Amino acid sequence: MNYKRPKADVVIIGLGWSGSTMAEELTRAGLNVVAIERGAWRDTTTSFPTTRDPDELSGSVRKDILQAPVTETYTVRNKADQTALPLRRYHNLTLGNNVGGAGTHWAGASWRWQSFDHQPYTRVMERYGAKQLVDGLILQDWGVTYDDLEPFYDRFEKIAGTSGTAGVINGVKQPGGNPFEGSRTSPYPTPALERTRANLLFSEAATRLGYHPFPVPSAMIGAPYTNALGLNLAPCTYCGYCQLYGCGNWSKSSPNICILPVLMQRPNFTVVTESEVIRINTTPDKKMATGVTFVDSNGDIGEQPADIVITATFTLDNTRLLLLSGISTPYDFASGQGVVGRAFTFQTLSWGFMFFENEYLNPFMNTGALATQIDDFNGDNFDHTGLGFIGGAGIQSLCNQGLPIGMAGLVPEGSPQWGKGWKQAFQKGYQNYAQIQGQGTNFAHREQFLDLDPTYKDRFGQPLLRITFDYNENDRRSGRFVRDKCVEIAREMGAKQVWGDSFPDQPYSGYRPWDSSHVQGGVVMGEDPKTSVQNRYQQNWDIPNLFVIGASSFPNNAGYNPTVAVGATTLWTAKAIREMYLKNPGPLVRV
Amino acid sequence: MARYLLRSALRACINGGVALSVAALFAHGAQAQDAPADRVEHGRYLAIASDCVACHTAPGGKPFAGGLDLNTPFGTITASNITSDRATGIGSWTLQQFDAAVRHGKGPNGHLYPAMPYTAYARMTDADLADLWAYIRTVPAVSQKVVENKLPFPYNIRAALIVWNALFFDSTPFKPDSAKSDAVNRGAYLVEALAHCGICHTPKNAFGSDSGATYQGTSLQGWHAPDLTNNDHTGLGKWSAEDIVTYLRSGTNRYTASSGPMTEVIVNSTQHLTDADLQAIAAYFKALPARHVEAPQPLPATNAQVEAGRREFVVQCSACHTSSGQGVANMIPSLQANPAINAKSPDSLLNILLAGTTGPATTANPTGAAMPGFAWKLQDDQIANVLTYIRNSQGNAAPAVSTTDVAKARKALGAQPVVWH
Amino acid sequence: MKRRDVMKGGLVLMATATLASIYKPAYSKTFVGGSGLWKADPPPPLTVVDSSRLVYLTQAEAKLVGAVFDVLIPHDELGIGATEAGCVTFLDHQLAGPYGAAAKDYRLGPVVEGLPQQGPQSIATPAELYRTGLAELDRAAQAKFGKPFIDLPEEQKIAFMKGIETGAIAFETLKSNEFFSMLLQNVREGYLADPMYGGNRDMVGWKLVGFPGAIYDYRDWMVSKRGKKIDVEPVSLLSRA
Repeated sequence: MNYKRPKADVVIIGLGWSGSTMAEELTRAGLNVVAIERGAWRDTTTSFPTTRDPDELSGSVRKDILQAPVTETYTVRNKADQTALPLRRYHNLTLGNNVGGAGTHWAGASWRWQSFDHQPYTRVMERYGAKQLVDGLILQDWGVTYDDLEPFYDRFEKIAGTSGTAGVINGVKQPGGNPFEGSRTSPYPTPALERTRANLLFSEAATRLGYHPFPVPSAMIGAPYTNALGLNLAPCTYCGYCQLYGCGNWSKSSPNICILPVLMQRPNFTVVTESEVIRINTTPDKKMATGVTFVDSNGDIGEQPADIVITATFTLDNTRLLLLSGISTPYDFASGQGVVGRAFTFQTLSWGFMFFENEYLNPFMNTGALATQIDDFNGDNFDHTGLGFIGGAGIQSLCNQGLPIGMAGLVPEGSPQWGKGWKQAFQKGYQNYAQIQGQGTNFAHREQFLDLDPTYKDRFGQPLLRITFDYNENDRRSGRFVRDKCVEIAREMGAKQVWGDSFPDQPYSGYRPWDSSHVQGGVVMGEDPKTSVQNRYQQNWDIPNLFVIGASSFPNNAGYNPTVAVGATTLWTAKAIREMYLKNPGPLVRV
Repeated sequence: MARYLLRSALRACINGGVALSVAALFAHGAQAQDAPADRVEHGRYLAIASDCVACHTAPGGKPFAGGLDLNTPFGTITASNITSDRATGIGSWTLQQFDAAVRHGKGPNGHLYPAMPYTAYARMTDADLADLWAYIRTVPAVSQKVVENKLPFPYNIRAALIVWNALFFDSTPFKPDSAKSDAVNRGAYLVEALAHCGICHTPKNAFGSDSGATYQGTSLQGWHAPDLTNNDHTGLGKWSAEDIVTYLRSGTNRYTASSGPMTEVIVNSTQHLTDADLQAIAAYFKALPARHVEAPQPLPATNAQVEAGRREFVVQCSACHTSSGQGVANMIPSLQANPAINAKSPDSLLNILLAGTTGPATTANPTGAAMPGFAWKLQDDQIANVLTYIRNSQGNAAPAVSTTDVAKARKALGAQPVVWH
Repeated sequence: MKRRDVMKGGLVLMATATLASIYKPAYSKTFVGGSGLWKADPPPPLTVVDSSRLVYLTQAEAKLVGAVFDVLIPHDELGIGATEAGCVTFLDHQLAGPYGAAAKDYRLGPVVEGLPQQGPQSIATPAELYRTGLAELDRAAQAKFGKPFIDLPEEQKIAFMKGIETGAIAFETLKSNEFFSMLLQNVREGYLADPMYGGNRDMVGWKLVGFPGAIYDYRDWMVSKRGKKIDVEPVSLLSRA
């Protein structure tokens, strides 16, 4: 039976990091907010208790915490002349399936993006000119700068309890931190995590090579902390059941521990769970959004009217919802016109893999984002003249896995994968394997885009989203460059066996082991309605009461993980809604 | 018997799972009728301080409409409808009738069962009683017929209570002690006349009346209400006044987090008290005379139970409580020299370990950190061992816990035994 | 495609503010703020699988897959082999559950063979693949050696499995190398997953590599044991410490 819920001031689609951050801001401002979430309600003690959480099979192998492809998946092809096919099994895009979204099971790397990452067009033109860009590359500024976002980065870190060592505070370099980071107004809320043996070997090697290692800022809490909303967080225990697990110990920043307990104290907040929004409703002239239509778990269709619609779903689903709702102009690959689905980006990974001879790396003592990094080859921190590419990568010793099923295939080159020989190799390899990840930039390209699949449908009969993506020439060049740096450091670390890989040397696949889960763009923010869906406040150019928030707004990817940048841009938009839009509802930027 | 009945009933209120929204209470206060708004508001505050809503609201029901079954060892008493409905509530009552019920235990049908804590409320001042009545009259009428008395014979003879009252009921109104500070007097009034702390925390004599061991802690229906006297081993000796205030305001402090029935008391009642009143309560308890409690010798680390329990502790407990037992301030209780752990009765510990806890989620500390239950996971001997270890290490000393204790607690909670191993 | 089985039961409107009322059936719920703490529905307790009987595989299949598993993870001086460790019990229960039914996969058509990087497109379930694949494996052994796989001498078993691994020994109805990948993944899972799933008897897989198992706290060791050997008896989720 179909039904209509009472009208709300604001409806938020999806209650992950961006949705719950926005809900907290707007309910605090007194607005009546209803969130519609596809996943189920989850709380730390009941849903991720320490009594049952340390279980690799249900966690990282069967991936019970993720949204399953049966619920919704994507079709993929590398080029526009190929037929896209669905990702039928669990793949590399790890969506959440619960209140808290992917923020419940994430690995927790907690980066502020650099000044360059928010204004890549201006910076590249200033330093190198258009000749630095490979054919087809799309480069554009966000309309919002690092300096604009700094207070919001600061606030989000204080909600999350981010652990780390500051590199630059008020323009002054700090010992032990990242000398390349944007200037901060305050240190990290909690101290950096302890380092592993592999981290230290990396750090020493990188220093000998003249680079500048520092602890990767992490969602794993470094010390007991009371966050900006008055919630208490506990220190990380390095249990090693982190990425793809909920934290049973209040130690991994997540919406579930950092925001939701406060939201649930507010009578002006409601969340409807296990209900999937299938459409954003608009007035017939498409000038205003009127609310959303959703399917609940009974199969009934509900409608939630609202004065403001905020879309805070997974990056790809933000694009899909606009396309399904006929909002703004879809990107047309043939003509290069249109904006929804344009400027879609992924991430460029390169690796150095290594085996030592007689180490005890004790890989099981880890957390999700336990890494030591150098940023000497990230963003525009080095001179690209003559290199033929822009961007780069954060190069890090990443210690986020020590669980045995996941490591069973990690044996030194030449070792058998089964039989007696495998047992011997695995026994030795388990304690001697280490890796260096180059987590690289990916810039938009005219041949990378999102649209609706003409063939495959979801469980409700709606078209799946189609991803057309392959690495571009800029990625291939930067990937090899970064791979060689990874290998250089791995050798310096003293490993017995070292080899590298640059993922852009193979066609993109949604299943490649070790690959990234970070996708950006499709509903980008910007300065020009011809090349962006929304303005610098993540407000739709055509529909002023529609805001699509999240990494879908980012026109490029950085050599970082996106979550904290998502948090900062969400808080930036929340402030614009509170202080500008509510006073004078309408476009916040006039063209 | 009757005092025991009262305490049982209170426990039932709490176990009934009533946690009323603060918003709901505020909403009713807004509908003042004939009394001045500030008197009504003060009455609302008194209702919170006295935690009326805990018993007079059924799970899922309308505030103050009654219907909560209080399962006492003597039978079931159902809390009455005290909304302003004339037919099923107390809308037709006068102030005098209200007074008779609240302070004297006399209802229209005879003596009230002392499940209603009139023995405490008897000490309420006339002015406060009038304000409370002014507020109660603003509670929206809810038509809900409540059959209060489902007790079997002979407990259903209300006349029997006349005898009990004659023996134990002290109806003397509260009198400030001029030798003590205003804060201590205010605290005494809050604790004795309104919040009725002694109902749970004071041991009873054979007749179910106060034994004279005031606030020395006692067990009831699977929970141990801890010792509140000033001693370091089992009481509040180490807590500063500020620790008490923080605990009552937020449900947590640097040492511990509330559990069981006290969480409901904090969520429903004490977190809403003014800072001055919380300071007064703290001053009152800290002004109680120091009491010497002889700590027993802890069992040696070589004791078989202690030894086995230490291994369980490392695997099952240390992740949250840390290997040293230090815990995390305002979240995860410290187990070190913890008076609640040193209580002679392990009732609360058994309850928490088997069933887990619901964390205190308050305005001051909304975290609501809780503990998962282990009933499904650990066998009786594992639980006995780990509790014996905790009670005899980390600065604690208390009697061992036996598998029989665990089995009894498990049965009382309706938890199934573990079937594997 | 069938609707998810969660699509039954009603929309439970939970406008009341009591804790008690949140323990309603799972399905769509409306949670209204202002009442403090909200609890999720607890998951069912973990239990140990019943190894006394087969729940999906036939006796013959169990024997065959056990023989295959013992080639992949043999008994040697480093520890017991796969079958002894319970990997067949593990697999049997996995195939009888959501994994075996591919319950979480996207299984709508059309089914089209794509490029390798587009990933598996088959909608056959693991349970179906084992039924077919084991029969194919035995047929292939018969064709090559004239006897069932389990009767082959050790060296021939190894050589045969190498042929399956590379695809050199082909099956008729499915790709032998893809079936091999599944066998290898599943036997490793059985050998290394928590023993409650039926395998990893006495935590043999964890002891092989020195993995401590279901431990939730390494704070005391992060620095003190950095780069050092840790001798610790592993613990599983449901075992006694």
